Amino acid sequence: MSVAPARRLRGKDLVGIDPLTAPEIQLILDTADEMAKIAERPIKKVPALRGKTVVNLFLEPSTRTRFSFEMAEKRLSADSLSFSSSGTSVEKGETLLDTARNLEAMQPDFIVMRHRYAGSPHWLAKLLKSSVINAGDGAHEHPTQALLDAMTIRRRLGRLEGLTVAIVGDLEHSRVVRSNVLLLQRMGATVRVAGPPSLVPAQMEAMGCEVHHRMEDAIAGADVVMMLRIQLERQGKMNFPTVREYYDFFALTPERLRLAKRGCLVMHPGPMNRGVEIDSRVADGPQSVILEQVTNGVAVRMAVLYLLAGGNGEPTAD
Amino acid sequence: MKRVQILDAAGIGKTLARMAAQIVERSGDEKLTYLIGVQTRGVPLARRLAKLIAAATGVEPPVGALDITLYRDDVGPWRAAHQQPVLRSTDLPERVDNRVVVLVDDVLYTGRTVRAALDTLMDYGRPKAIRLAVLVDRGHRELPIAADFVGRQIPSARSDDVQVRLVECDGEEGVWVEKEVEG
Repeated sequence: MSVAPARRLRGKDLVGIDPLTAPEIQLILDTADEMAKIAERPIKKVPALRGKTVVNLFLEPSTRTRFSFEMAEKRLSADSLSFSSSGTSVEKGETLLDTARNLEAMQPDFIVMRHRYAGSPHWLAKLLKSSVINAGDGAHEHPTQALLDAMTIRRRLGRLEGLTVAIVGDLEHSRVVRSNVLLLQRMGATVRVAGPPSLVPAQMEAMGCEVHHRMEDAIAGADVVMMLRIQLERQGKMNFPTVREYYDFFALTPERLRLAKRGCLVMHPGPMNRGVEIDSRVADGPQSVILEQVTNGVAVRMAVLYLLAGGNGEPTAD
Repeated sequence: MKRVQILDAAGIGKTLARMAAQIVERSGDEKLTYLIGVQTRGVPLARRLAKLIAAATGVEPPVGALDITLYRDDVGPWRAAHQQPVLRSTDLPERVDNRVVVLVDDVLYTGRTVRAALDTLMDYGRPKAIRLAVLVDRGHRELPIAADFVGRQIPSARSDDVQVRLVECDGEEGVWVEKEVEG
């Protein structure tokens, strides 16, 4: 049993999963399934967003997400330009609001943004007329990643409701986990999380997750195992003794995967640290849907852009 | 409001049988014929025509479904914010290249849907020819488009509501015209 999809999205922005209802999520996923077919055609482009302008404002490094948005924009015939912090006025000390106002003065329809501060897209969405899409804000939300994960699960297992999803790794620094927990629970799935105590924030329990400190307990009987990247570049403080020890306790290995349900899906938002959080035999194994996640990412972003497009929007209600 | 029935279930059946015969007559090599219904009601109409053609020739043409939403001329700036139409499924079981595609729709009105359908099809390949079959032509074209096979001409006022109902989609069957009654 799945929820009936909404007829449309209510807000002008996609700042997170939190403001979305289950029927709105359903609408995005249904739309994305149709968008996915465009990639299989001889001409992989539709005219739906012609004349629309999208600014990709990526103020934190990103390859996959930015390329995925750019690909989605091109497939919908939107004009897009990408902006990163190096070599621009951001390096000269311009504030985010001034950068965004200057970009908006050129009248884009969408601003897709990634920023290291949690809440920055929400703040800009209220100040700007353009539709703002959050492509990751600090360790807060990454809504299109959660949507593409849900799309991948739904296409493989046929549903989200009633599934058990285990999310393992660095929960502390991950925006992917928050958006995923919100979405999966809203769609009726059970979420278990596991990680070293130093990387499990207290709010995981408050969000309604089953928290485990032994990875084996989290993945036992799970339908999906989602591995998170150990953010080695953010590990200055070293929240675990060594990478080798991390692998011993928290890497997804073929032996551990056997504890999960038969045919359990293996997911990873990328980029992977092979031999740290995931063993190559699993990452490249038959249960891995990691590259499908990338393919579906384009379709989900097309769906979001399409559904948010239109005439002059009303600001997102809180 | 006054609602007048133009065709009942038997009437639709007879009309489709005549259209199927015309399609067979027009098609040189029937192996090339490919029926593609425009979502939503064009799809069951295309399926019914395919059965009728199979009964007459022994060859059942493939049937596809085409969603034209992403090619409409009223998405984007010509539509109120965030009121984008919901996508329906496009499902083309065979390639359209070098086929004689018969586009099937329920009502031909402004011609804008057909324009969008032509553009959609062209992005799937290069058909040998595209023809248009509609159950009802109610007039009021806004684009230079004409149908090759017309089930029924229904002269109508712009304010009329021409309703095609099919059991597959609506649970009832027939064609009605609802007129605004003055005074």
